[in-house]
Amino acid sequence: MASTNWIGYKTIVRKEVVRILRIWAQTVVPPAITMTLYFIIFGNLIGRRIGDMGGFDYMQFIVPGLIMMSVITSSYGNMVSSFFGAKFGRHIEELLVSPLPSWIILAGYVTGALARGIMVGSMVMLISLLFTRVHVLHPLITVSVLLLTSIVFAMAGMVNAIFAQKFDDIAIVPTFILTPLTYLGGVFYSINLLPDFWRGVSAFNPILYMVNGFRYGILGVSDVGLPWSYAIIGVFTVVLASLCLWLLHRGTGMRS
Amino acid sequence: MYALEVERLAKTYASGTQALKGISLNVAQGDFFALLGPNGAGKSTLIGIISSLVNATSGEVRVFGASVQRERSRAMSYIGLVPQELNFNQFEKPLEIVVNQAGYYGIGRKVALARAEKYLRQLQLWDKHDKPSRGLSGGMKRRLMIARAMVNEPRLLILDEPTAGVDIEIRRSMWEFIRAINEGGTTVILTTHYLEEAEELCRNIAIIDHGKIIKNMDMKSLLATLDVETFVLDMRESLESVPRIAGMDIRMRDESTLEVSVPKQKSLNALFGALDAKGLHVLSMRNKANRLEELFLRLVDKGAGA
Repeated sequence: MASTNWIGYKTIVRKEVVRILRIWAQTVVPPAITMTLYFIIFGNLIGRRIGDMGGFDYMQFIVPGLIMMSVITSSYGNMVSSFFGAKFGRHIEELLVSPLPSWIILAGYVTGALARGIMVGSMVMLISLLFTRVHVLHPLITVSVLLLTSIVFAMAGMVNAIFAQKFDDIAIVPTFILTPLTYLGGVFYSINLLPDFWRGVSAFNPILYMVNGFRYGILGVSDVGLPWSYAIIGVFTVVLASLCLWLLHRGTGMRS
Repeated sequence: MYALEVERLAKTYASGTQALKGISLNVAQGDFFALLGPNGAGKSTLIGIISSLVNATSGEVRVFGASVQRERSRAMSYIGLVPQELNFNQFEKPLEIVVNQAGYYGIGRKVALARAEKYLRQLQLWDKHDKPSRGLSGGMKRRLMIARAMVNEPRLLILDEPTAGVDIEIRRSMWEFIRAINEGGTTVILTTHYLEEAEELCRNIAIIDHGKIIKNMDMKSLLATLDVETFVLDMRESLESVPRIAGMDIRMRDESTLEVSVPKQKSLNALFGALDAKGLHVLSMRNKANRLEELFLRLVDKGAGA
C-alpha cells in the first residue's frame, strides 16, 4: 500500500506540474509582470521619496512582502483553479474511484500548489535583483516560512474549491478576502507607522505574521515576534489540514 | 467468495428521493452480469455506491470480500469503472489520461506506459494517443474511458452504458473487446439500454425498477419465461381486414403488414399454415423487439402498475 500511495502521490504532483507548465502564460507570467510593475512604481518611483523603512531603503523593505504576496496568491490560485476545475469537469472522479486515501490526494495537490508558489516566488526574487541588492540573513527561517505559508494557502484554496459550485465562487475569496488581507498585511509598510487602533486591528490579520516572519528571514527585521509567526502558521496548518482531510473523507461537494 | 456482494443497500438523497430501497445482490467471479432498468430506476446510484462515488445510507457492498464502506482502498483496487458521463480532462491527451490513472493505482510509469499502449491499440485509439482528447469523436471518448478503466487490469470491470451513442460497427468491436476481457477471467457488470447487447453478452441479469430488484436470474431462464413472442409480417397481398387465427392475437399495422403475437406453445408452422389456407402469403418476417426487450417491457410495465 505504501508503494501505491507513493506512486499515486508522484502521479498527482507530476500532473499538476505539467499543468502549470502547459499554461505558463496564465500561471507564471502574470505575477512576473505585476511584481515588476510594483518594483518600478512603488519601489523605484514612489520609494525614492519615502526613504528608509525599518532601517532599509524602501525597495529592499518591500522585496520580502512582494515575494510573499506572489507566493500566497499563486499557491491559493493554483489549488482553487486546479481542484475546482477537476471537480467541475468531473475528472476528480478518477481519483475518487482509485485506492488512494484522502491524505495522499491532499498531499499531491498541496505539493503541486507549493511547486507553483516556489516557481513564482523564485522568479520574483530574481526580478527584485534587477532593482536592488538582496542578502538573505537567515536562510532556514526564510525557506521554512515561505514553504509553510504556501502550504497554508494551498489548503485554504482546497477548502474554497470544495465548497465552490460555480466559477464565480472561486473568485470571491481571492477578491474580497485574500487581496485586502495581503495588502493590509504589512507588504508595503511597517505596522509601526499605524495609529494604535489600526495596529491593534492589524494584529488579527494572519498574513501580517507570515509576511513579517519572511521579512525577518531575509532582512532580520519584523513588526511581530518570530515565535508568533511560527505559532500562527502552525495553527493554520493544523486546522486547515484537518478540515481538508475531513471534507475529502466525507466527499463534500464530490460524493453524493 | 463472490466478486460482488450487495447487502440490504439503501440510498436516500438529501432531496428525499429514495433511489435504492434495501436491495441485495450477488455477482459470481468471472460472470458477465447485466444490470438493467428504466431511467431513474437506481442503476447509476448502485454503481456509484460500488465505486465509492456515492455514500450509501445503509447496507453494505463487498468487492472480492473487501467492504467498500470499511476497506475502501482495497475494494477500489479491484475495480475498473467506465462511467456513463465523460469524466476525463479534455485538455489532456489520451496517453496522459491512461498513464495517470495507472499511477493512481500504484502502477509504475514504465509498466503504465506499456499497458496504456496495449489498451489504446486494442481499442483502436493509438493513432490519437498524443492528440488532445477534446478532439476525439464521441465513440473514441467512450473507448478511451474503457482503456482507462482497464489500465489497472481490474478483477471487476463495471461498464455503465459504455456503447451509448456509438455506431453499430464500433459497438460490435467493443463487444468483442469486452467479451475477450471477460473470457480472460475479469468479472464484468454491464448496464445498457440496448437490450440486444445485454442478451448477446450477459449470462446473468438483474432488473431494477423504482429502487428494487424485480428479477435476478440467469439469462436463459429469464428468456424461457417469455410466453408470447411478437412478429411483424410483410404480406404480399393487400389486406382489407385482420385475419382471424385461433389462439393468436393479430393486429394490422397497415394494409400489407401484420403484427402477430404467437404463444410459446404454438409453432410458427401453425401460423403459416393458417395464413396459407386463407390465401395469404408472407414475404418476410422479423421480431417486433428482441426477446429480452419484450420481457423487460412487460416486467417494468408490471412494476409501474403495481
